[in-house]
Amino acid sequence: MEISYENTKDCKVMTGKMALPNQYFAGRVGSKFIIALRDEHKILGVRCEKCNKVFVPPREYCEKCLSKLDESWVELSNEGVITNYTVVNYNDKHLPRRAPYILALVKVDGADTPFPHIVEGIDVEDVKVGMKVKAVFAEETTNTIRDLDHFEPL
Amino acid sequence: MAKKNRNVGVIGIGQTEYSSHKEHQNQAEMVNEAVRYALEDANITLDDIDCVVHGNMELFEMVHQPDMWHALGSGAYGKDQLRITTGGTTGASLVCAADNLVASGMYDVVMAIGLEKLQEGHTTGGITNMADPLWFRHLQTGALTATTATMMMEEFGEDRAKRAAMKYRILMDKHACLNPRAHRRFGLEYDQLEDLMNTSPKLVGELRLIHMCSQSDGACVMIFASEEKAKAMCKNPVWIRDHITVHREETFNNFGLEMPEMTHHYAGRKLFERNGITDPVEYFDVFEMYDPSAWWGLDWLREFLQLKDDEHLKLLEDGEFDLDGKLPVNPSGGVTASNPIGATAMLRPAEAAMQIRGDAGPQQIKKEVKHALASGFGGTLWSVLIMLEKDLDWQEV
Repeated sequence: MEISYENTKDCKVMTGKMALPNQYFAGRVGSKFIIALRDEHKILGVRCEKCNKVFVPPREYCEKCLSKLDESWVELSNEGVITNYTVVNYNDKHLPRRAPYILALVKVDGADTPFPHIVEGIDVEDVKVGMKVKAVFAEETTNTIRDLDHFEPL
Repeated sequence: MAKKNRNVGVIGIGQTEYSSHKEHQNQAEMVNEAVRYALEDANITLDDIDCVVHGNMELFEMVHQPDMWHALGSGAYGKDQLRITTGGTTGASLVCAADNLVASGMYDVVMAIGLEKLQEGHTTGGITNMADPLWFRHLQTGALTATTATMMMEEFGEDRAKRAAMKYRILMDKHACLNPRAHRRFGLEYDQLEDLMNTSPKLVGELRLIHMCSQSDGACVMIFASEEKAKAMCKNPVWIRDHITVHREETFNNFGLEMPEMTHHYAGRKLFERNGITDPVEYFDVFEMYDPSAWWGLDWLREFLQLKDDEHLKLLEDGEFDLDGKLPVNPSGGVTASNPIGATAMLRPAEAAMQIRGDAGPQQIKKEVKHALASGFGGTLWSVLIMLEKDLDWQEV
């Protein structure tokens, strides 16, 4: 009997597949952010008065000073600036677009923190840090961050 | 025992309530709640924390690097942080690690965070992957086993063993009913004992649904400080005297070998020996034990406490594990009541420390608690055993 990786007939390699179904509760704060995005096409942040910062995505408590933030909502602009980016050049099932596409950090006007999203409407060679962009909302809701479909240059 | 480089005290404890689900909070927010309570309890701020030790079960919520996600709530931003994930023992490993980090002199104040949101994952899916894929993965039943029930029924007779296991379960529920944070509080009464023995749905063999622990969401946080800092920052620090971790790969009696000494027995034997404790039932004032099921809890009392024959059954039958007994077991209600796994093994020393402080709440033991024992359980019958003291007056052996 030959013992080798190829010899699956004699069962010397156990092939496994882990099935780990899971869910993630967005919580009150996260849910409010998604609902505003979905129903009003608005991007919401929360302000920490003590740290003088507006956080997007919002969080219940400031991670630096632990101030309670879930009642200091700020409505932000749908326009912002690319603070950094990369180009995704490979294809895989879990990716939201066919390669190549731009994945950027976008800081919307009024926020102190950028968040990652897709940038379209521009050649991947032409994207630049500092470029002004605006939000384009999805036509159909998925109840996720992708209700904001992508950003595109102003 | 090897002399500690310096003593370590527990100066803050924070817990969320435990429940089957927490939709109102995401994971970081749940962590944050326990962190805030612990800081409040210690009367300090995040600035006082030098290092954060974070832990939960690998695979359970399907979050990779959860310590990084949870930085939004854990207070670890800009601080040294370490993640520990040793399965069921995680919470106890966090305590041991925090103690070692402070005792070593590396940090003065360390915050340990244990958590789980079991509602968000698939526990059995994760657990079954610990078994050897060739021999056991397709056969084993995860955390649900009846081996202990079978062995106890053989040793003590079916009726006595079943009654004892159910009495233990009802006792745990009675304690849980006192604990406002406990997840499952059924209000069971001893006159339901026979009913439950016969009608609770069977899971595996004589392990019935009512015997088994819950799946809970929740977080627990403990703050540890060096003796100098603890005395300066806290009125009533609880001292970590010693701890032992006994982990080994699967050595169930699967290959027809003789039953090895259980890690529980080994942990107790070594720990008591090196601390000069000859009669643990006499010495300790409370035992917070990680009891995943009533059968295991009852059986492990004999192992941990170095008891012989049916001594553990007698102690139970005589009410000596009750809140006003000789050695109260799990005043918190234990793991059959609340089981947020990555936090579960930390709840044991946390609840034990609160008993020593005297502020455990409605489940507080009436007589003074000076010496406490707490255990963690995980993996393939692993044990962690921790000793906590009210006073820094023990003798080095």
